[in-house]
Amino acid sequence: MATVKLENVTKSFGELQIIKGVDLEINDNEFVVFVGPSGCGKSTLLRLIAGLEDITSGDLSIDGSVVNDLPPSERGIAMVFQSYALYPHMTVYENMAFGLKLAKESRESIEGKVREAARILQLEHLLDRKPKEMSGGQRQRVAIGRAIVRNPKVFLFDEPLSNLDAALRVQMRIEIAKLHHDLDATMVYVTHDQVEAMTLADKIVVLHGGIVEQVGSPLELYHHPRNLFVAGFIGSPKMNFIATKVTAVDDAGVSVTLPGGETIKVPVNGENVQPGDKVTYGVRPEHMIETGDADAHIDGEVFVVERLGGDTYAYVRAEGTEMITVQTSGDSHVGVGDKLHIGVSAATSHLFVADGDALPLLARNPMADARKGGMLSDAPGPKAEPH
Amino acid sequence: MSRNARRLLLRIAFYVLVIFIVIYTVFPFYWAINSSLKAGTDLFSAAFLPPSPAWTNYVSVFEDQPFALNILNSVYVSGVTVIISLFLAVTAAYALGRIKFSGRGVLLLVVLSVSMFPQIAVLSGLYEVMRWLGLIQRLESLIISYVIFTLPFTVWILTTFMRELPKELEEAAIVDGASPWQTISRVFLPLLGPALATTGLLAFIAAWNEFLFALTFVGNNNETQTIPVAIANFSGASEFELPWGGIMAASVIVTVPLIVLVLIFQRMIVSGLTAGAVKG
Amino acid sequence: MTADASAIAPENLGTETAPRASKLTRQRVRSAWIFITPMLIMLALVAGYPLISTIYYSFTDRLLIADHNTQFIGFNNYLYYGPNLNNYDEELDGYFVYYEDTDAALVYRDDGVFYDLDTEDPDTGAMDPYAGEIDTADVFEWQGLLVDSLWWRSVWNTLTFSVVSVGLEIVIGLVVALILNANMPGRAVIRAAVLIPWAIPTIVSAQMWSWMLNDQYGVINEILLSWGWIESRLAFTADRFLALPSVIAVDVWKTTPFMALLILAALQLLPGEVYEAAKVDGIHPVKQFFRITLPLIRPALMVAVIFRALDALRIFDLIYVLTSGSRDTMSMSIYARQNLIDFQNVGYGSAISTGLFLIISAFTLIYLMLGRVNFDQER
Repeated sequence: MATVKLENVTKSFGELQIIKGVDLEINDNEFVVFVGPSGCGKSTLLRLIAGLEDITSGDLSIDGSVVNDLPPSERGIAMVFQSYALYPHMTVYENMAFGLKLAKESRESIEGKVREAARILQLEHLLDRKPKEMSGGQRQRVAIGRAIVRNPKVFLFDEPLSNLDAALRVQMRIEIAKLHHDLDATMVYVTHDQVEAMTLADKIVVLHGGIVEQVGSPLELYHHPRNLFVAGFIGSPKMNFIATKVTAVDDAGVSVTLPGGETIKVPVNGENVQPGDKVTYGVRPEHMIETGDADAHIDGEVFVVERLGGDTYAYVRAEGTEMITVQTSGDSHVGVGDKLHIGVSAATSHLFVADGDALPLLARNPMADARKGGMLSDAPGPKAEPH
Repeated sequence: MSRNARRLLLRIAFYVLVIFIVIYTVFPFYWAINSSLKAGTDLFSAAFLPPSPAWTNYVSVFEDQPFALNILNSVYVSGVTVIISLFLAVTAAYALGRIKFSGRGVLLLVVLSVSMFPQIAVLSGLYEVMRWLGLIQRLESLIISYVIFTLPFTVWILTTFMRELPKELEEAAIVDGASPWQTISRVFLPLLGPALATTGLLAFIAAWNEFLFALTFVGNNNETQTIPVAIANFSGASEFELPWGGIMAASVIVTVPLIVLVLIFQRMIVSGLTAGAVKG
Repeated sequence: MTADASAIAPENLGTETAPRASKLTRQRVRSAWIFITPMLIMLALVAGYPLISTIYYSFTDRLLIADHNTQFIGFNNYLYYGPNLNNYDEELDGYFVYYEDTDAALVYRDDGVFYDLDTEDPDTGAMDPYAGEIDTADVFEWQGLLVDSLWWRSVWNTLTFSVVSVGLEIVIGLVVALILNANMPGRAVIRAAVLIPWAIPTIVSAQMWSWMLNDQYGVINEILLSWGWIESRLAFTADRFLALPSVIAVDVWKTTPFMALLILAALQLLPGEVYEAAKVDGIHPVKQFFRITLPLIRPALMVAVIFRALDALRIFDLIYVLTSGSRDTMSMSIYARQNLIDFQNVGYGSAISTGLFLIISAFTLIYLMLGRVNFDQER
C-alpha cells in the first residue's frame, strides 16, 4: 500500500530553478511514467522522490507521511539506475544482498529474499557471476532484482532501458510490465521514449521546463491533449499544426479556415473565442486521408515520400503552411509531385488558442477512458534472454 | 640526393639519436654495477668490464657498516609512512572528490600549496616539534615529517581517481542505506585497488629517497640512518679515501629493487604521475 | 538522459546553500569534515605550525641549543646596522669593538653606550663608558640577510640552476617524448630505459655521478682524455667554473625522464585527426610541431614546468653530495641548513628559510598569473 504525493515541490540549483512547483498524486499500485524532452526536469523529479536531491520547497509524502527529511534508505523506495550501477566487484548475489546486509538482516532472511528475486527474474543460474561477465539485459535484471529484495513501497526507474539495443528494449519493457502486474507495486518510471510511456503507464506525467503540462492516461493524453506541447509531444509522427483564424463560433463548435479555403467546424467549446481570433488548428497524420470525401479538405503538393512498408508518410506543402505530414497505407501509390486533396474529420481535429491551450472537445473520446492494455494473469512470461 | 636516400639517412639519424638516449640514461647505472664488481685496484682502471669480477665490495657493505639495519630502517619508515598517508588520504579524497561542501576549493588549494612547500622552510619548526615530541634520533620523527610531502600528493591523486568513479554507483549505495564510511570501505576501496597501489608506490619511493629530514633528524647515528643518509655518509677505512667500490655496491643494492618495481608497475606509475600533474 | 539533472549539478549530491538541506545532505557534509579533519590536523602539525614557527624564529636570536634564552630581535636577522654581531661576547654582555682610530678596545652594550675594556674591574666586570669621541660609521656596519653576499650568491646559484636545468629538461624531455611517441620497434624497452634515472634515488645518482666525475679515476675524464677532448683531468665538482654545470648535468639526467613522461602523456591525448588533416594539407612536420603540437600540449607543459621548477628551487641533496655545498654551488636550501644545524644559528637560518619561502611563493604566484595555469579543472 503506497501512495506518493507531491505538493508544490520546487528544486533549484543555485539561481536556476529546475522544478517549478509540481503537484502530483500517485495512487497505490499505479505505474506512473514521467516523460518529457531533455532537460525538462523529469530525472530531477525522480531523484527528489528518491531523496538523492534535496527538495528546495514544498512537501513530498510517501504513504501519507512527509519524507522530505528522510535519507533514501529510510523512504521505502528502491531505484533502478540508467547505467544499472551494479557494484562491479560483487557477484550478482552480493549485489542483491548488499542493502540487506547493511540493514543487518539475518543470513537466512537475506538468502530467502535474494533467491526469491532471482527466481522471479530467472537469474538463479547467474548468482555467482560478476557484472562484467553478463550481458546488458542480464545486468538490467540484476539491477531490478536489487530493487525487489528491498521490498520497497515504491519502485523508481531512471531510464532503465536506454542503454539496451532496440530488440532487447522491447523484451525488457514487457518484462517490466509483467513485473508490475506480479508485484502489484507502485512504480515511477522516467523515460524520454514515448512508446515506453504509452505502453507501460497507467498514468503519464508530461513535464516541460520544470512544470507539469498534463497528467492522464495514455489515451487521454492522445485524444485530449491539454495544450500544444502535449499534442506535439505525444504521438508519432507529430501532430500537424496549421495557423489560422476563427471564422464563426456557435454551440456546436468553432469554425476555422483551412489552407485552400475550405472551412471546418471543430466540435469544441468556443466560449472564450471570437471570430477573427488567431488559433492553431491541429490534426494527427494518422487522422488524415490521402484523398477522398471528408468533413473538409486541404490541398497541397507532395514533396517527400517515406515508405515504411506498413505505412507511408507523405510530406505535403500547402499554402500558408511549412509542412503537413500525412500518414497513409503501405500500398498507397502516392508519389513526389502529386497534388493531394487531403481529407480531415472534425471529430479528430483540435484547436489551440494563442497561448497554446487547447479548446476542450465537446465530446469525450470513448477511448480516453478505455481499460489499460495489460496481460492475462497466467500469461507466460517473456522468455529469458539467451546467454 | 634521391628521396629514398634522404629518407634512409633520416632514419639512421633517428636511430642514432635513440641509441644515444638509451646509453645516456642507462650508462651511469651500468657503470655503478661495473665498478661495484671491481675489487682492489681494479676499481681505478676504466675498464668497461670488470677484469676479475668479485663480490668483496658487497660483502664489505654489510660487514663494515650497519647497512642491513639501514635497509630495515628505510623499509620501516617508508612502509609506515605509506600506510598512514593512504589511510588519511582515502577518506579525505572521498570528501574532496565526491561531497560538495563550502570550503572545498580552499582545502584543495591548501593541499596543493603544501605539496609545493620547500622542505627547508619547515625544518627549524619541525625540529622543535620533534624535540618536543622527544623523537630526535628516532625513526618515528621521519614517519611524521614525511607526511608533509606524501599526504598532499596522495590526496591529490586519489581525489582525481575518486572523481572518475561513476556517480550512480555511489547513489546505489546510498539507496541501499550505506553510510559514507561504508560507501568508501565496501564500494569504493575495492574499486580503487590499482589507484591505491600506484599512489602507495609513488609515496613509498618518495619516502625511500628522502634525504634532508633524514640527515637532520636521524643523521648523527649509524644505527638510525636511513639508506640515503648512509650512502651519503659512507666512510671507508681511511678518512681521505672514499670507498667507491662499497658506495657503488650499496647503490646497486638499493636501486635494483626500485628499478624492478618501477619496470613492473611502469604503466601504473605513469598514469599516477599524469593523474597528479596533467589532469591536475 | 540523467543529463537532465547532472548537466546542472555536474557532480555530487545536494547543494551548498539549499535553504532546507535534508538529513542526507547534512550527514554527508558532516562526514566530509570528519574525513578531512585527520588530514588537516596532520598537515597543521607537520606543515602549518612548523612554517609559522620558522617565520617567528627568523625574528629571534634563537640557537639550536635547547636551553638558550631566546629573544625577539625584530628584523635584525634581515637587516641590522650596528657592531659586528659575530663579536658578541656573553662574558662581556655586549659586542667587542676595536676602534682603530684611537687603538681602543671597547664593548658596545644594548644600552647604546661604548664601554672602555681597559677600565674593566677584574672582580665585578664593571666598566666605565669610553671617554673619547667615536665615529660610529667606523665601527658599525650593515648586516643581515639582505646584505649577506653568500645569501645572494646562493640565490643566484639557485636561480641559475633552476632556469638552466628546467630549460634543458623541457627541450630534452620534448625530444625524448616525441621519440617515445613515434611508432617504432622496441618502444617499450626504450621507455623502460628512460625510467631508470627516475627510479634511482637522488643520493644514489649523486654518488654514481660523483664517482664518474671523479678527478682522478672518473670514467668521464678517462673517456674525454682518450678522445683527446681534454689534455689533463678535470676536477668537475671542485672547479669554480665546472661545479655548477656539473650539478646541472646530473640533475638534467635525473629528472628529464619525469618531464618526458608527462609530455608523452600529453602527446598521447592529442587527437590523431588533427595530424591527418595537417598531412592532407601538406604542412611540413617541423611546422606541425610548432603550430599544432606545442600549442596543444602547452597546458600540460606549464604544469610540468612549475612542478619541476619548485623542485629545482629547493635543491638540496644533489648539491650536498656532489660538491658539499661549496660557495660556487651553494643553494638557498644548503645555506639555510648550514646555518640552522651546522652553525646552530636557528634565528639566522630561519631568516634564510623564510627568504627562500618568500622567493618561491612569489615565483609561484607570478607564474600562475602569467601562465594562467588551471589546477582545479573540475569535471
